[in-house]
Amino acid sequence: MAAITLTRLRKSFEAVPVLRGIDLSIEDGAFVVLVGPSGCGKSTLLRLIAGLEEPTSGEIHIDGRRVDGLAPKDRDLAMVFQSYALYPHMTVRENMSFALKQRRLAPDRIKGAVEDAAAKLGLTELLERKPAALSGGQRQRVAMGRAIVRQPKAFLFDEPLSNLDARLREQMRYEIKKLHCDLGATSIYVTHDQIEAMTMADRIVAMKDGVAQQIGPPAELYDDPANLFVAGFIGSPAMNFLAATLALEGRMATVTMQGVALAQTPAPAGVAAGGGVMVGLRPERMAIVSPGSGVAARVDLVEPTGLGQVVHLRVADQRLKLFTTDRRGLAVGEAVGLSFHPSDVLLFHPESGERLRTAVVTTP
Amino acid sequence: MSGRVLALAVEPYLYAAPSVLLIAAVMLVPLITGLSYAFHDIILLDPLSGDFVGLDHFRDLLEDDSFWTALVNTAIWTGVSVILQFGLGLVLALLLNRPLPGRRLVQALVFLPWAVPGFLSGLTWAWLFNPVIGPLPHWLHALGIMASADNILSDPHLALLGPIVANVWWGIPFFAITLIAALQSIPRDIYEAASLDGAGPWLQFRRITLPLLAPTIVITVLLRTVWVANFAELIVVMTKGGPADATQTLASYIFTLAFQRLDFGYASAVSAVLMLLLLAYAGAVMALRRALLEPR
Amino acid sequence: MTVLLRILHYAALAAFLAFALFPLFWLLKVSVTPDDLLYSEGVRPWPSRMTLDNYLSVLRHTQFPLYFRNSLIVSSATALFSTAAASAAGYGFSRFRYPGKSWVAGLLLVSQMFPLVIIVAPIFRILAPLGLTNSLAGLVVVYTALNTPFAAFLMQSFFEAIPKDLEEAALIDGATRFQALRQVILPLTLPALAATGGFVFTAAWSELLFALMLNSRASVTTFPSGLLSFVSKFSVDFGQMMAAGVLALLPVCAFFFLIQRALIQGLTAGAVKG
Repeated sequence: MAAITLTRLRKSFEAVPVLRGIDLSIEDGAFVVLVGPSGCGKSTLLRLIAGLEEPTSGEIHIDGRRVDGLAPKDRDLAMVFQSYALYPHMTVRENMSFALKQRRLAPDRIKGAVEDAAAKLGLTELLERKPAALSGGQRQRVAMGRAIVRQPKAFLFDEPLSNLDARLREQMRYEIKKLHCDLGATSIYVTHDQIEAMTMADRIVAMKDGVAQQIGPPAELYDDPANLFVAGFIGSPAMNFLAATLALEGRMATVTMQGVALAQTPAPAGVAAGGGVMVGLRPERMAIVSPGSGVAARVDLVEPTGLGQVVHLRVADQRLKLFTTDRRGLAVGEAVGLSFHPSDVLLFHPESGERLRTAVVTTP
Repeated sequence: MSGRVLALAVEPYLYAAPSVLLIAAVMLVPLITGLSYAFHDIILLDPLSGDFVGLDHFRDLLEDDSFWTALVNTAIWTGVSVILQFGLGLVLALLLNRPLPGRRLVQALVFLPWAVPGFLSGLTWAWLFNPVIGPLPHWLHALGIMASADNILSDPHLALLGPIVANVWWGIPFFAITLIAALQSIPRDIYEAASLDGAGPWLQFRRITLPLLAPTIVITVLLRTVWVANFAELIVVMTKGGPADATQTLASYIFTLAFQRLDFGYASAVSAVLMLLLLAYAGAVMALRRALLEPR
Repeated sequence: MTVLLRILHYAALAAFLAFALFPLFWLLKVSVTPDDLLYSEGVRPWPSRMTLDNYLSVLRHTQFPLYFRNSLIVSSATALFSTAAASAAGYGFSRFRYPGKSWVAGLLLVSQMFPLVIIVAPIFRILAPLGLTNSLAGLVVVYTALNTPFAAFLMQSFFEAIPKDLEEAALIDGATRFQALRQVILPLTLPALAATGGFVFTAAWSELLFALMLNSRASVTTFPSGLLSFVSKFSVDFGQMMAAGVLALLPVCAFFFLIQRALIQGLTAGAVKG
């Protein structure tokens, strides 16, 4: 198991930049998730670490040893592919033995290692079958078995659950995370699904347009997003964004949306008085109260989810989503009040999308 | 660490190298040499020939009636052969694309003509058209298609049909195989959606099958046209270019010049012209294809 | 309505079958016709008296078995080398993007564009000092070059159907790309190799021009030029020629019969990945 460090990593394909300078350091044993929309560069980053592509500039170190410039076979990493990439003409046992055979290990050692890994993943009965005779979930386990058997320095996962149905995905999420706890292996996991990121990661790297937008533990990205992208990407249902204006009064600011005062918060640094601002409010951080208190709103649509309901509201002219476990009946068009804590109001710069953090209040 | 980057950059060339080197050595270099003959007077077995004559051959060419006849014949030969091969090949592919009992056997049998060497099929068809020893003239006469049971290969107006028929017989499998493969790659649900939308089989063919087949069709037709234009074996074997140049195409004319008149210089000049025409044709087709793909 | 369509369907196919098989049938018919009946019974669908004399004569009294053997050697060797070179080139086209790729593709395309007659003499001039004229090896060299471009096009199509991440998995598992190609990819392309090899075999088997021009000694004559010798020697001994033709067709037809399905499958798969 090893620590991995990426320094100023850049990658362009024929003058099209895909990664624009990534700095990341991953401790030994950590489970790091690279998450982002398609085209953000997360798969490219994984492939650079694996050695399937070479960086245009920058360095990759594994265990203190510089590896960019080395072929994949010399980096001692294992990878689980989205499409499993199992060798179709070989049995499960042969698939899992392939890498060890390349390293010319003794046959009985190979046999032992394969059977151990198979036992860990519940594959023992399937060892003599070929991939075509396996279900999607079984193939996924074989792909993982193939990786485990090598006891590599780190595991790389390239959207391994994307091809599975929802139920199977939940189960495999558990199994992968459990395996990680058992083996304590350094793992880098790529996905576009923020739920996978939130539930599995020690640290998340949220990426967009080839840049790491924020790096941190899941809670940090959830509570303290660095910009509009991270705020909107993490969390489901997605955060509500409203265009508003800021009126400054001393060290406090009033956030107003189309004449409706939303909240009073300590004034953030970096925005002019009377300037525009983007307001972020998480659906699950709001509550419905009686009309007359809170912010005036009207019910637009209700989506029951069993656990609770997603209520679509209209405030002034803009639409908001609210999630509550309160399952009381609400009529379309009903007037209600919207309540939330001022510290749950997140402010973002209207052009750059950067999070406007409130200035630290120091006692004079 | 640019060592690996260098190795990765060189790798694809290593894979292409054996083929490229072989083709460059065995085809390109001789081609250039062969084309250079066009500018020399080269009569085989005449030790005094070999002088540089510049563009003389090309000037002769312009005034050579045989050349112009051959040019026209080439257009007819190539056009009719390819259209028939393609049309019938497409029909066959469509027929084979539907389930039917014994399809595998039928398919394998109907593709057999492709395995027959060109000259052998030429000989066989020449035989078939010869009223003395073959059945076709008699059958055609019996069906009323021919006035009397003659050998069409001796009739200057009809002679070209002989090699064309042999060529079509031989070439249908090529198109059929390629088109079947292309047809099978069209997902079924497009047709199902069209059926639900009310499109009948003819409309489906026009609006779905043809457009999706178009890229394959263009490339395949291009390759075959060039190939047929260069194909001399059938004509040489069946009619030797006669009677009176009626079946002489540029390809067979080149053959005649080279191996009967032994005039390699002039033959090379005609070859150069043929090659230029084909390259121009190929260029036009590729440009057309790009233009068709653009608006998408 | 559908019954009518079905009948038309079958009838059309029957027509195609008849058209395809009739000349082959005629070939067979002539080959079993005795010489004396050749002209008098020319039009009959089957001779009144069948004979295998033509075949016996071809096999015993001519050098045809030798020509057959030569063709077998040349065609097999060509199929082997051409498929190997074409697989490498096709793999390169399928997996890599590199500067000059379109030039290589263009070279392969241009090589199909001119009448081969024009290079016969220059090739002769090149091969003669190397001792490759009047040899089977010389034919193999020429045939391999002639067939590799189309074979490369076929192999590229077949490779497109195999997902790229199989090699990547093998690379990560510790193989070099070449090892990955050998151990993981090639076993999956066996039908493709057979189909391409069969295609090249058929083409090499039928080749006449270079066989005629480069080899004049009987010991290295292939069967196409051998077949033409029936033309000059006995003033067109059709019976024997057709018998020789049928014999020569047997391996090729059998071969082609077997591989044509693999050919279509491979071309289809390649087109899907497109």
